[in-house]
Amino acid sequence: MPLCGQKSSVCCAVLSVWGGIQLGITGALIYTGSPAFIEDIPLAENANWSPQEWETNLHAGYQQSALNCWIAALLYLVTFCVSTHQYWANYNTGDQFKVTIGSMRFY
Amino acid sequence: MDLEMTEVAFFNGTGNCCSDMGTLFKSELMSRCQLYLPPEAAYNCVAELGELGLAQFVDLNPDVSAFQRQFVGEVKRCEEMERTLRYVETEIVKEKVGIADESETSIPAPAPREMVELEASLTTMENNLREVNINYVALRKNHLELSELKNMLRKTEVFLSENQLNLQELDENTRLLDDASEREKDIEDQAYSSMKFNITGGVIDRARLLAFERMLWRVSKGNVFLKVAEIDEQMEDPGSGDVLNKAVFIIFFQGEALRSRVKKICEGFHASVYPCPDSGVERREMLCGVDTRLSDLSTVLTQTTEHRHRLLVAAAATLRSSYVKVRKMKAVYHVLNMFSQRDGGRVLIGEAWLPTADIPDIRAAVNTGAQTAGATIPPTIEKVHTTEQHPTFNRTNKYTGGFQSLVDAYGVNTYREVNPSVYTIATFPFLFAVMFGDAGHGAIMLTATLWMIIKEKSLESKRNISEIFNIFFGGRYIVFLMSIFSIYTGLIYNDIFSKSFNIFGSHWSSKQMSFVATNSTPLSLGMSYMLDPKDNNSYHSEPYPFGVDPVWQSATNKIGFLNTYKMKISLIFGVIHMSFGVMLSLWNKISKKLYHQIFLEFIPQIVFLLGIFGYLVTMIFIKWVMYGANKADPFSEHCAPNLLITFINMMLMKKADVDIKMDKCHTSLNYEIDMYPGQQELQKMLLLIGVLMVPIMLLGKPLFIMYRRRQARARYDSLRDELLEPQQEEGGPVEEDFGEIMINQGIHTIEYVLGSVSHTASYLRLWALSLAHAQLSEVLWSMVMRIALASFKGYAGAIALYLIFAFWCMLTISILCLMEGLSAFLHTLRLHWVEFQSKFYEGAGYLFMPFSFRESLKQAAEDDKEVLKTIAK
Repeated sequence: MPLCGQKSSVCCAVLSVWGGIQLGITGALIYTGSPAFIEDIPLAENANWSPQEWETNLHAGYQQSALNCWIAALLYLVTFCVSTHQYWANYNTGDQFKVTIGSMRFY
Repeated sequence: MDLEMTEVAFFNGTGNCCSDMGTLFKSELMSRCQLYLPPEAAYNCVAELGELGLAQFVDLNPDVSAFQRQFVGEVKRCEEMERTLRYVETEIVKEKVGIADESETSIPAPAPREMVELEASLTTMENNLREVNINYVALRKNHLELSELKNMLRKTEVFLSENQLNLQELDENTRLLDDASEREKDIEDQAYSSMKFNITGGVIDRARLLAFERMLWRVSKGNVFLKVAEIDEQMEDPGSGDVLNKAVFIIFFQGEALRSRVKKICEGFHASVYPCPDSGVERREMLCGVDTRLSDLSTVLTQTTEHRHRLLVAAAATLRSSYVKVRKMKAVYHVLNMFSQRDGGRVLIGEAWLPTADIPDIRAAVNTGAQTAGATIPPTIEKVHTTEQHPTFNRTNKYTGGFQSLVDAYGVNTYREVNPSVYTIATFPFLFAVMFGDAGHGAIMLTATLWMIIKEKSLESKRNISEIFNIFFGGRYIVFLMSIFSIYTGLIYNDIFSKSFNIFGSHWSSKQMSFVATNSTPLSLGMSYMLDPKDNNSYHSEPYPFGVDPVWQSATNKIGFLNTYKMKISLIFGVIHMSFGVMLSLWNKISKKLYHQIFLEFIPQIVFLLGIFGYLVTMIFIKWVMYGANKADPFSEHCAPNLLITFINMMLMKKADVDIKMDKCHTSLNYEIDMYPGQQELQKMLLLIGVLMVPIMLLGKPLFIMYRRRQARARYDSLRDELLEPQQEEGGPVEEDFGEIMINQGIHTIEYVLGSVSHTASYLRLWALSLAHAQLSEVLWSMVMRIALASFKGYAGAIALYLIFAFWCMLTISILCLMEGLSAFLHTLRLHWVEFQSKFYEGAGYLFMPFSFRESLKQAAEDDKEVLKTIAK
């Protein structure tokens, strides 16, 4: 059941929460066309574009980036669920194998 | 001399002295007291003081060796008990029985008469354990022998039956050695007796088998026959528990001469020889006997192990409490050894440093101890006057303890000196945040420290897992404050993971901008356009309400703009911090009543610092306020003078170079570009005053001391004439001391004057580190995240983003939070230790280390852990 240890599942869970929140917010900001992310969009610059073409391509770029961010945020949500599940799996079965100074060992 | 004055001042003090008792601004008032304890109550009283943890005992018998002290016998007994306990503990740990952790504060130090009982019980426990262990080892040895014998008998059955077959060519199925004896009778006539073999059987280590065989071959010249079979069953060595792999061997030889040789060789190879009867019947009988004995033995063994386990469990239940009791007793006797006996043993006298504010509590504790012991004479505590340096006791709690330890790491503050840690609570996180200024990274640090603070109680027991975690956990409140301040400066610098937030709407606009493509200049994303703040279409002529305008993150001259801002605020903070340090030295001087030093040291110092560097800060503010892009010509932005050049010209008393471009900026007829009328005259005067302060700093104090000494000598001279006392020592030392005083003062003056220049410049690290942090953050985003967001086509970018974001997170935490955080922490610490504290701090005290059971038990527990680690391995 447990694929990774308890510590790495906690680490993954924290990372997923951070990723979910940050990518969600970033996605929302990019969707609203924030100029801060002007360089973070896929834009194939072409010298022969007219201003209208520029505008449409910019908007398309922004949309694409925002969607990418949200998909990645969803993926992180899935990762969060998986790692939480891993944590619980470890918690239930791993207690026997945890070595602390005060625990009894069967010999 | 100074300390004495302080003592007298505070003992004679009025209500003022009570107001600064028990605050962190200065260390606590300490008194040296003598304790008079009746001997029968001494133990209990000291035990009570140990629980309280507020008395630092002074050794009154420093030249007495450890073996000649009064209570050396009791200490020896305690150590013997500790040794017993440790032995029991190692046995328990070997058996992996769980030891219950008890809360140590609930167990009081036992009375001396309890010691005898404890000793007795511990000795019996140890003896029982040792006995059981010995028996166990003996039984295991027996068991081993018997199982070896059993194996040997079994294997030799097989050998001998095979042998018979070779000789007889009989029915192969008959393996029953019962027939062997019959067969022997049958073939006896066939002169079989001459072929009768002597058999020696035994068990040997598999590792030595080859050498054994070869040796036998050589010694017997090939006349022995060795048959070997390995024992599959794994056996354990009784003493060490190692696994043994053995093999059964059986040697066939003829003649008695070989028997002795074979025996010697077997002994030499540590092979255990067992008597192997020739006839099958006997062998079978023996096998049965061995089997029964083995089963009996196993029962006895299990019983013994159970008994041992029960003993260990019983011991484990009380182990921790016994440890605590024994250690507390030992600590009390160590302290009692420091007392001196007088009056023929009717009273024990000890000396200790006590915080004056806690003397009522201490008195109560000592009286409780005396009551428990049932002493008739009450113990007394008396203050004693001493000229020794008092220890420094800063009463801290878990919030302020971290800051105090930061200050103590550089130097413990002298008794009753100003304690910088109070101010450090505010300035340290602030200066850190100026260097760290990123709200995103601050938020990461905040979550980490909040977790540590919320889970404080459960993490407290686990804090010693690793040294690094211990350090971070100990400083959790410091880091908490640092992170909150970082979020604040991050909002001011408008920097969150290198992006800016536009909360209020940027006050710059691009309405003016038009991008027109021509054939020669096609439109591209990298084109730049200049926004002039004079232009109302570009700039709203009012700044962004809070922090840096978010438009600057897209500006190519962002660094140039922020540099000047950050450099100026670094200098402002620096001069404020340093002048605050000089002010604290004023407080030191007032509390020590060295009023002459106020005029001879403090005033010149502050005038020098503020006159020159305070003036620089004032010029910064003037330039910020008076000049602007939207103002008309003498105050427009290109007329703003370069402050650094102005300052340098002021110091060197140089006239500024003529600049044609600044033609319209002159406010008066002279060539200087003045910010306000009379600037040149004011600057000259400030410079003159600053220079004049230097000789005052250099010569003021020594001359004053010389003057005072002359006065004192004049007084003594007049006295001497009256009393006719020869006083000749005053001549020589005074002269030498004066030279030393001059040198010291010279060093201090040079340090201060040069230091004010270098330390002011040193505060520019606030700018440097914040610039580095911002740039690192930006590089990380543009090199890592941008790849995921901009260089992938379509929805492949989502997967790339998913993976690259994790990578970006790791780098953010490791490089920007940890590395930059530690770097900024270090620089802030340096700023405090060197630039701030050198203005007032003496730091020549020593810490108050009270006799406290909690501390000694903690120390002993750590030593225990070390010992346990070596055993567990």
